[in-house]
Amino acid sequence: MKWDEFFVTGEPMIYAAMVSIVVVSLAIPIALTYFKKWNWLWTNWLTTVDHKKIGVMYVLAALLMLFRGGVDALLMRAQTAIPDNGLLDGQHYNEIFTTHGVIMILFMAMPFIIGLMNVVIPLQIGARDVAFPRLNAISFWLFFAGAMLFNISFVIGGSPDAGWSAYFPLASLEFSPTVGNNYYSLALQIAGIGTLLTGINFLVTILKMRAPGMTLMKMPMFTWSVLITNVIIVFAFPVLTVALALMTLDRQFGTQFFAMQSGGMDMLWANLFWVWGHPEVYIVILPAFGIYSEIISTFARKNLYGYKSMVVSMVAISLLSFVVWAHHFYTMGHGVMVNSVFSITTMAIAIPTGVKIFNWLFTLRKGKISFTTPMLYALAFIPIFTIGGVTGVMLAMASADYQYHNTMFLVAHFHYVLIPGTVFGVIAGFHYWFPKVFGFMLNEKLGKLSFWFIIISFNVTFFPLFILGLNGMTRRMYTYSESTGYGPLNMLSMVGAVGLAIGFIILVYNIYWSVRYSPRNIKGDPWDARSLEWSTHSPVPEYNFALIPTVNKLDAHWFAKKEGKSLTSGKYEPIHMPNNSGLPIIMGAAFFLWGFFMVFSWWIPAIILGVVILGTMAYRSFEKDHGHYISVEEIERTENALRGEQHEN
Amino acid sequence: MKKKWIALTLFSITAIFLAGCDNPLLIFDPKGPQARTLSSTILFSMAMMAGILFVVYVLYTVVLVKYRASKLNDDYEPPHEEGNKWLEIIWTAIPVILVVVLSFVTVSSTSTVEQKSVAYADQKPVVIYASSSNWKWHFSYPEEGIETVNYVNFPANRPIEFRLYSYGPITSFWIPQLAGQKYAMSDMVTKIHMSADVPGSFMGKNSNFSGKGFAQMEFEAQALSDADYKEWVADVKATAPKLTEDEFDNLLKAEQVGRKTYSSNHLEFRPAPEMDHGGHHHGGSTSTGDKDKGHEDMDMDMDHDAH
Amino acid sequence: MKIDHSVPLEYSTEENKMKILGFWIFLGAEIALFSTLFAVYFTLQTNTNVGPSASDLFHLSPVMIETILLLSSSFTIGLGVHAMRLGLKKPMMTFFGITLVLGAAFLGVEVYEFVTYVGEGATIQTSGFLSALFTLLGTHGLHVTFGLLWGGSILLQIKKRGFTPETANKSFIFSLYWHFLDVVWIFIFSFVYLKGLM
Repeated sequence: MKWDEFFVTGEPMIYAAMVSIVVVSLAIPIALTYFKKWNWLWTNWLTTVDHKKIGVMYVLAALLMLFRGGVDALLMRAQTAIPDNGLLDGQHYNEIFTTHGVIMILFMAMPFIIGLMNVVIPLQIGARDVAFPRLNAISFWLFFAGAMLFNISFVIGGSPDAGWSAYFPLASLEFSPTVGNNYYSLALQIAGIGTLLTGINFLVTILKMRAPGMTLMKMPMFTWSVLITNVIIVFAFPVLTVALALMTLDRQFGTQFFAMQSGGMDMLWANLFWVWGHPEVYIVILPAFGIYSEIISTFARKNLYGYKSMVVSMVAISLLSFVVWAHHFYTMGHGVMVNSVFSITTMAIAIPTGVKIFNWLFTLRKGKISFTTPMLYALAFIPIFTIGGVTGVMLAMASADYQYHNTMFLVAHFHYVLIPGTVFGVIAGFHYWFPKVFGFMLNEKLGKLSFWFIIISFNVTFFPLFILGLNGMTRRMYTYSESTGYGPLNMLSMVGAVGLAIGFIILVYNIYWSVRYSPRNIKGDPWDARSLEWSTHSPVPEYNFALIPTVNKLDAHWFAKKEGKSLTSGKYEPIHMPNNSGLPIIMGAAFFLWGFFMVFSWWIPAIILGVVILGTMAYRSFEKDHGHYISVEEIERTENALRGEQHEN
Repeated sequence: MKKKWIALTLFSITAIFLAGCDNPLLIFDPKGPQARTLSSTILFSMAMMAGILFVVYVLYTVVLVKYRASKLNDDYEPPHEEGNKWLEIIWTAIPVILVVVLSFVTVSSTSTVEQKSVAYADQKPVVIYASSSNWKWHFSYPEEGIETVNYVNFPANRPIEFRLYSYGPITSFWIPQLAGQKYAMSDMVTKIHMSADVPGSFMGKNSNFSGKGFAQMEFEAQALSDADYKEWVADVKATAPKLTEDEFDNLLKAEQVGRKTYSSNHLEFRPAPEMDHGGHHHGGSTSTGDKDKGHEDMDMDMDHDAH
Repeated sequence: MKIDHSVPLEYSTEENKMKILGFWIFLGAEIALFSTLFAVYFTLQTNTNVGPSASDLFHLSPVMIETILLLSSSFTIGLGVHAMRLGLKKPMMTFFGITLVLGAAFLGVEVYEFVTYVGEGATIQTSGFLSALFTLLGTHGLHVTFGLLWGGSILLQIKKRGFTPETANKSFIFSLYWHFLDVVWIFIFSFVYLKGLM
């Protein structure tokens, strides 16, 4: 590596990015010092093991990444808005759609989902934290290290440029000689390990820490969806771990796994990638299904219709998700037989998904529907996602896919699946649980305004792509000639993308507005909801529940409200809580540096950092840390204060 | 709800697009039997999916109109409903039937387009090797002994068999109006069958992202009448230069070139990675690098087979 | 911290039970990881390029030695856990010590074997087959190496702190890990070496 190749040069946009990175990284410590907030930041956030705070950090990081990925998207739409546009060159465009895909899936959708899981799951099952609070912090910092590592590729060394699926041989050293794809393999590896640890943590949490009386079939649907999601994580992420390790070996250690000669096999990468990649789609969609179930049931003021079939269909989806991966490359030429089998398994996923759609519709039927912002997203999800679903069935047909594959039709399809299926879901969940975490509501007027912007613009952006695809426009083209006739619809799509950007800006403005002006005197249960998280205060005290509730049915909180009963009884006892720890963030930093040195094949510093990482693990092993107790007096004080505030109005 | 109307309007716009004969979308303007099969398969599935959308949207609209809180009495309390076995069986069974129907359509259409069209079953196919390197396409005619770059001519009303491979990243060979696409890979040869019912010029391209020059990786596929085709071949043989190994290596290295025509082809000195010359489990394909290496690798592979 | 005396020490607190369940789930993930590596190996095992094939490369005797070493270490760690349940600190430490020594010996033979392969011109860069082989064996070997460090630190903790719910829990979880490595090795022995030698 020569020093003049170290920093990416030559593009005004990159200089702008460098300047903004420098400004921000100077501004943050200066501001922290000026406002004397270092100590506050360290003790309250950076070393926290509180699942709620970790969840908030995940969501903040996800919002940040949403904007990074969104800027990528805007640039792509701007470049293709008119034929023969010269805004970006081919290489730059390739880097941008690659980072757009990676960031949106792995550094936006995943942390947003995991953030909501963190905030909600322990509350929803009546627990005081997750099973392994410190491991949870490690998961977060590994994700964060991976995300930061991936993002600095934009200014140092160059971004990956072989698509988010990084197919070999295109992603091999021969055809992608910059360090971009080293960043890809190492950043994803670090974040992926964090995700795997999250999976283990939440499985144990849900299996072992439910409130007394909450049997599996009395769990809220979001908890069910998270349980199933984490099973998928535990079995799918190791495949990614292996695939990325082989990629690192091939690119940096000269192995021959995916080589064109010497006995490698390029399609092996595609197989490994999609064996992880397809379950990954359901990892980000199933929790959103859970969120919608909670929201629809809450705002229809009716219990979830067909609870059992909802659970069964999610289990079916999770199993099927592992046997459909080859539908990503029907066109590889593996014969009628193999293609037919994968077509049928893929189409079969439509059956449990359809069951869920009808169950939601029948939950709404005979309900009493109020149109709050979270409910609007849930309601918009049904018709839009159904379009994504039926086009998915169309794509599942191997023969027809020979005409859709690699076209804008496919691009439109997966945006119609992932945006209503994941993005609307996490935004709905964000609006829904925001008051629980912070003790005040987001403004409904602004929320609805941004909702309409987002929903309409979404369709304007992505519907034209179906038509472009059927007209033969392939994806990932940085330019096209005027004679193709693709211009007008691409321009329309660009208009929609701007509308989406406006919608998201309003959403963020809403957060700012609500922090400043929203009334703080809400009760524990502002939506009049059904599950346990609403039975404690808003904001939630550190220990979640002063007394652990006992439940005897689904929606126990709802029925307790109706019958005027309480879910808790007995007297306060001292509550055992885990101590904060600086170790997770130190491990995250060590992993970040290790990854950075690995990217540039600087072996000696990489080995030193490897030893540091082992050292932190050993330190943890020898450390004696039994946590601390919150005394009964302190619990009483906190509870009275929280109750007192609420009695003021 | 406005959004549902938007979606419905957009879908009807598409329907108009599909029906409009003035300027049909490429996929719905097939000029050969394979593409026609695909076009009708797609239209069939679209009609079926439109039916599903219709059912969902009607239910959705009714429910949202009827059960909004603002229209209901204040003291209305929604009932507690666990579910209904029969309803749930119905909305599981109907999708199952639809999937079964679509499965039959898929299997039959897939096997139809994966072979010579029945309309031309009695004719011997014209074999053309199509290989990609960087951002261009090489077309080699083993029988005629000629080669072209970035354009391909073939006779109309004849079955054509393209054999695909790549010198580098995976590409996907696609002439939308004649047949669906298929990958070209470095270590195996894939096949694609098509025929053109009428003479004409068609857009062909690589649809699988393969790097910097991907957006320009198009070629013209021209179906000629039998007489025109014969005349063109004779003309190429008489006037075009020979394709030497050096010339071919330079071609491979070049990023993008215009159209080229040669009176010999590279299969003679650089065979495709099929059968003895590679195959999936041997990986001994040719490279863009050293010109003899590919051959050596292949020989080694064959030796190993003997063990 | 409530301690339940009716069950073995390693299960005696809620936290310990959760850690054991968590580790079982982790082993599930490890199974997925090794299955993927095996799948890669089976896909590439005939892609020998210019390098040697499995039957050219493998010799039974070092592999038998490795197998015996690792199987015995799995047995001794079982004895160690048994001693721990009886509350016998010294025998427990001895058996754990023997386990680690056997593990180190296994690793020594494996390194020797790798050196031999490389001496015969079979490196990780030679062919798809060898890349897959070295990666599969190397991943297992790295797990053993990590196990040595981990087991060593547990021994130190037992020595310093004796049997507490924490140390007993760690020792038990470590024994699960070690048995798992043994199981993986049995698969490697059967489906890589024996199959390769045939």
